Amino acid sequence: MHTRLSEEDLAFQAEVRAFLNEAWTEELAETCANKTTMKEGVEEWQRRLYKKGWMAPHWPVEHGGTDWTVTQSFIYNLERASAGAPEAVPFGVTMVASVIIGYGNDEQKAKFLPRILKSEDWWCQGYSEPGAGSDLAALKTRADLEGDEYVINGSKIWTTYAQHADWIFCLVRTDNSGRKQEGITFLLIDMKTPGVTVRPIDTIDNFHHLNEVHFDNVRVPVENRIGEEGKGWTYAKSLLVQERLSIAEVADSKRSLTQLREQARAEVNGGESLLQDPLFAKRLTDIEIDLMALEYTELRALASIAEGKEPGPESSLLKLQGTEIQQAIQELRMDVAAYYSGTLQGDLSAAELGHDYADNAQKSYFRGRASSIYGGSNEVQKNITAKYVLGL
Amino acid sequence: MNFNLSEEQNQIRDSIARFVQEHYSFEQRNAVVAQEHGFSAQHWQQFAELGWLSIPFAEEFDGFGGGPVDTMVLMQEFGRGLVAEPYLATVLMFGGLLQAGATEAIKTEYIPRIISGELHGAFAYLERQSRYVMTDITTSAKKTGSDWVLNGQKSVVLNGAAADKLIVAARSAGEQADESGITLFLVDAAAEGVERTAYRMTDGQEAANISFNNVTPEAVIGNEGEGYALMAPVVDAARLAVSANALGAMETLNAQTLEYCKTREQFGVAIGSFQALQHRMVDTFGACENVKSLLYRAVCAAQDNDEDARRSLLALKVMVGRAGKLIGGEAIQLHGGMGMTDELSVGFFVKRLMIINTLFGDADYHQKLFAELVNAPVSAADASNAVAA
Repeated sequence: MHTRLSEEDLAFQAEVRAFLNEAWTEELAETCANKTTMKEGVEEWQRRLYKKGWMAPHWPVEHGGTDWTVTQSFIYNLERASAGAPEAVPFGVTMVASVIIGYGNDEQKAKFLPRILKSEDWWCQGYSEPGAGSDLAALKTRADLEGDEYVINGSKIWTTYAQHADWIFCLVRTDNSGRKQEGITFLLIDMKTPGVTVRPIDTIDNFHHLNEVHFDNVRVPVENRIGEEGKGWTYAKSLLVQERLSIAEVADSKRSLTQLREQARAEVNGGESLLQDPLFAKRLTDIEIDLMALEYTELRALASIAEGKEPGPESSLLKLQGTEIQQAIQELRMDVAAYYSGTLQGDLSAAELGHDYADNAQKSYFRGRASSIYGGSNEVQKNITAKYVLGL
Repeated sequence: MNFNLSEEQNQIRDSIARFVQEHYSFEQRNAVVAQEHGFSAQHWQQFAELGWLSIPFAEEFDGFGGGPVDTMVLMQEFGRGLVAEPYLATVLMFGGLLQAGATEAIKTEYIPRIISGELHGAFAYLERQSRYVMTDITTSAKKTGSDWVLNGQKSVVLNGAAADKLIVAARSAGEQADESGITLFLVDAAAEGVERTAYRMTDGQEAANISFNNVTPEAVIGNEGEGYALMAPVVDAARLAVSANALGAMETLNAQTLEYCKTREQFGVAIGSFQALQHRMVDTFGACENVKSLLYRAVCAAQDNDEDARRSLLALKVMVGRAGKLIGGEAIQLHGGMGMTDELSVGFFVKRLMIINTLFGDADYHQKLFAELVNAPVSAADASNAVAA
């Protein structure tokens, strides 16, 4: 039992730092942070990752991935988060790609994977529906086979970045006769197909990232179906496990917590730094201690995977605890910003507003409420853990 | 990076698990605790024969030369069975202090006797006023010529009544809570002027208040006035050890509660089918995994003498206290009326967890130390964090 880094790991760490230092510039960070230029910023960042060969580190090498060890992936992720660089947008490179690689045919791999690697296609995820949230398998969007085309009718909701997307991967119903998990099919749909409309949904964080996507007699060629008809639930489930691991965002929370400490240190109440306030220190260290535990829960899961074993039962906690920690940090940062947390910066600069993170403090608090809802709500995660881990 | 045990460590684990299986049923444990001093001398001899008493000692004194992972494995398995023998007091603390600071002559004389099971020891450092501040010492050590004389009172000395020898922390210089000016002394428990008042703790173990009235010690352990530097790492190792012990107890307690919820029926169904109870058991499962993760983290850091070691250890002890109360409280609640009785082992596990919370400082005390470390004006913790990151 040990967690020492080897010589190779340390050399790798140095390489990652050097890359981030060069590729993740302040200018690019600003482009990504501005909502009007976010998409071009993220795509530019992803192109730099692609050029380095690191756009899809978890893919098989033959498709453009890397042969990183689990420790190397861990190091990369820590360094990336520590530098403040974002992960690649997950819908393409992480989510649909892993289904295409796992269950797609050779034509689909050749058609879609290179475009994802080069950030030529932006993907979104069509799972939830107005009537199917936590009970995802209750989805009703219909796909009727007519010749060599499916005809799609129905609606998807909470579709993040559908307004930017070129493609959407969807779970649709092709059969109503059996259990609700049966009769679900996994389809790839071009967002430019006639009959697809996107309705924006404004959210409590003063941002537009969610949408409702309507399908009105949308015709999708059969060749865009992944795997077999009626097996979509199985394919989607494999993805949910992966999603659960990535939602924990341990490395990003570490960076947020470090920033939060410095922000609190700079705030002064009647001559005393907020950091010296015992009530505040208690809240901050509660979070830090939970995060230190979660970091090793994640390492334990990664170490199992590295040995070719299934991650242990502890991995079921990653999404649950990871999002609780994210929300606790967001709440505390809002409190650190005090009355400034209620200000809207609009077109003002931070200097004009008089505060450099307040604008984001309350927004990120509200945006962050979503993390205990998406990817299977935290209550559903508890149901899953009770059933599959505790055997209840 | 890996979290696997070595073959030897697996053997230690398996042999203790077998021992617990054979000798530590609920009824057997009650009988052990009812004996004089709260443990079985026969078991202690068995520990010696199986080599468990030698684990943390260096090979030159017939020891096994084990490290933090070995101790963790052993204490965790002990925790699963609530093993009552005073391994912590005699081997880890008394033995640990001897190994850290005694002269070669004393080590050669005493350590083999600990390993063979002949000698019991205890570390007397706490006093009535000290609460968790182990430097808060008023027991005095005065030197006349080359002879020392000890006067004062020590409280809640674990295994204090069964011990043949004591190590006593006394103030030879400085102010009441100073780190410097503390000297450690080896004292024969039967020496003139040593008076012991023994009592039981709620987890069944025996402790004692000990008064020292013009006592002549046998020897000084380590350098005069520099006792704190010897105590601190031994107490840190003991913090790791009791945390591992707590993890073993939590795992068993959670497993018992889970089993109860699967078999106990009300309203015609197993109570484990109720969502309100399921979510609570997920919470206690999560608390237990948090302890395990921080234990692995702190043990690996201690083993590698990593810069993260102190921060991880403090975080661990906070989590052990917090999780122990959650898991213990839920175990009683979910067992309902049966959880209130002495007819099940539930209450005994909970009491052990409550005692462990207080050992070497409770969760709040450790969280205060943690906050001081990580929020320090020039944050060394952040700097080390950045390196680790």
